[in-house]
Amino acid sequence: MTRGRFAFIIGCIGLLIGGAEVLRSPDVSASIVAASMLATMLRFATPLTLGALAGLLCERSGVANIAIEGMMLSAAFGAFLGAAATKNLLIGVLAGMAVGVAMATLHAWLSVTLRVDQIVSGTVINIMAAGITGFLSTEVVRRQALVGAGLLPALRIPVLADLPVVGPVFQQQPIAWVALLLVPITHLVIFHTPWGLRLRSVGELPRAAHAAGINVIRTRYTAVMIGGAIAGIGGAYFTLESVPAFEPLMTNGRGFIALAALIFGGWTPAGAWAASLLFGAANALHINAQQFGIPVPAQIVGMFPYLLTIVILAGVIGRVSPPAAVGTPYEAD
Amino acid sequence: MIGGLIPSLAIVTALLIGGVIIWASGPRLDGPWFGIWFVVEAYQALVEGAFGSRASTIDTVLRTVPYLFTGLAVMVGFRGGMFNIGAEGQLAVGALASAWVGFTVTSLPLIIHLPLVLLTGCLAGAIWGGIAGLLKARTGAHEVITTIMLNYVGGQLAAYLLNGVLRDRSPLNVIAQTPKVAETARLPDLIPGLHSGVILVIGVAVLVWFVLWKTTMGFELRMVGINPDAASYAGVNVVRRMTWAMGVSGLLAGLAGAVQVAGVNYRSTLGFNVGYGFDSIAIALLGRNTVSGVVLSSILFAALRTGATKLQFRTQISTDIISVIQALVLLMIAADQIIRWIYRIGPAQPEAVADATSTAAPVASSESGR
Repeated sequence: MTRGRFAFIIGCIGLLIGGAEVLRSPDVSASIVAASMLATMLRFATPLTLGALAGLLCERSGVANIAIEGMMLSAAFGAFLGAAATKNLLIGVLAGMAVGVAMATLHAWLSVTLRVDQIVSGTVINIMAAGITGFLSTEVVRRQALVGAGLLPALRIPVLADLPVVGPVFQQQPIAWVALLLVPITHLVIFHTPWGLRLRSVGELPRAAHAAGINVIRTRYTAVMIGGAIAGIGGAYFTLESVPAFEPLMTNGRGFIALAALIFGGWTPAGAWAASLLFGAANALHINAQQFGIPVPAQIVGMFPYLLTIVILAGVIGRVSPPAAVGTPYEAD
Repeated sequence: MIGGLIPSLAIVTALLIGGVIIWASGPRLDGPWFGIWFVVEAYQALVEGAFGSRASTIDTVLRTVPYLFTGLAVMVGFRGGMFNIGAEGQLAVGALASAWVGFTVTSLPLIIHLPLVLLTGCLAGAIWGGIAGLLKARTGAHEVITTIMLNYVGGQLAAYLLNGVLRDRSPLNVIAQTPKVAETARLPDLIPGLHSGVILVIGVAVLVWFVLWKTTMGFELRMVGINPDAASYAGVNVVRRMTWAMGVSGLLAGLAGAVQVAGVNYRSTLGFNVGYGFDSIAIALLGRNTVSGVVLSSILFAALRTGATKLQFRTQISTDIISVIQALVLLMIAADQIIRWIYRIGPAQPEAVADATSTAAPVASSESGR
């Protein structure tokens, strides 16, 4: 992750918020536009950041992960069920994490142990998550009439939360704070600890890592499972911070957008976080365009992040390259 | 026949596990045999719902058509070493384009208008898929990611057009959809209730088989799929074949959309494409990327989906049980070690391995990472 890329992404966010200010209808005040852009952006970015960090750990170890969506969806259901059954939101979050880890373990078992194609394995998990949560939500939740246990309360930083416009930044729900904390933590772990070095070596050149005495299989399992736990927190966001209920397919493709954010950010935590914010800003503009009286069609704004991801992937503006061993199962001699 | 053994066992095993789930979610009544009777009853309802009457059989066939088109689409991609996750988006743009030609052009005879509508759908899908193929071949941008992104771009494009210039402006319409296409843009019925797209899809399936296995172009495509480096060394234009594989894959998915417009819905509605992307991957994998396999698995998927309604009606078990069964089938197809372990089948024989490399997964996908 170069500083240039980070600056580019932040610039794009500024452009989107600035664009909203310039194009807003005169009836809507500038501070309302800024405040609601900011609040919506942060809200949308939380599951993306967590999903992207989950994918990052997985892919840095050399295991492609298109199953973030499935992991988050099943965790959203697990978190809802855990919280509704015990009436305890913290247990809900833990249940979400457990389900995330379970799905991740399946992914690791299929793609690391059985050496199934990693994209196929991800596809299996996505289809399975959609099927099982859909089935269980109708069978279990509706029959037993489980009611959600409510939402995690916002944690305010005194004084700062009362500031105009930027107030929402300092008044967020716990999972959003966790996402923010995990960005520097993941960065430190990946780039400044021996384990992180081992992880990256396994993702770049597993044979050399193996020769250096690193257990490739175990490292990949650990990375994928920690990723699953983070995706689990991301899933819990949907049912414990966004709405206090589970709906089939409620993650609505957010796991794939997280994957895009991961790539956009060049497989680095800071980059993935910035990209999540950018996608959040694009979404904020997308859903608020009408309310702000902005004459640009919302759907065209909505296309923007995906088109940019393709352009970046194709190397037109600043090429990104994935960990070298992503997609290749490791076969010990 | 040995090629069909693992998929058949996977289906049987998935249905058995599905039976346990149905038993577990069913009512608890007296008698030890009630549970088994209940599961039998449920599966009987499933079969009756899919093939029990003329109407339900027609319904199953109607559902098979888009599954077969998109299954073939993903299969052609796989054979060329490309993993097409974008069938959903390609189907959407195909449907949009063909609906547009279908309702704006009104003065042509059917013999010209209908082919024009179908070809427009093919072209739109081919462009949508071809972009991903070209980007992969030229820049190494992984097609899995670009096709996922193109799905979203396609979805937003559809939302924009269906709420804008292509929207049905009649006062009765409240949803994002096009007006109905002209009579001359509709596939004539083969028998009442069943459009002639069925003939088309069978023809296309035969054509795909012929091109892949009986022409030089198909040989080169499969060669690129198995080993692009070797293919390049042998003088194959890899860039062109990769683009071609994704282009044809997109074309078939686009045609699926066009046939749904011309044969079933007579219009394009926002979101009708959702779900085909992953279902088509499952169908291609279950069919082991052979034309006959894809035909059988698309019939199976269509029958499960069609029969599910009756299963739910009779047993109160949610239709989502079908998705669970499908996921189990796919799991055991992807990791056939599971099936080999359960049924004590030895590992694949060397001859079979050569065949399996091209069926399990896109071999070329790992060569440049993403």
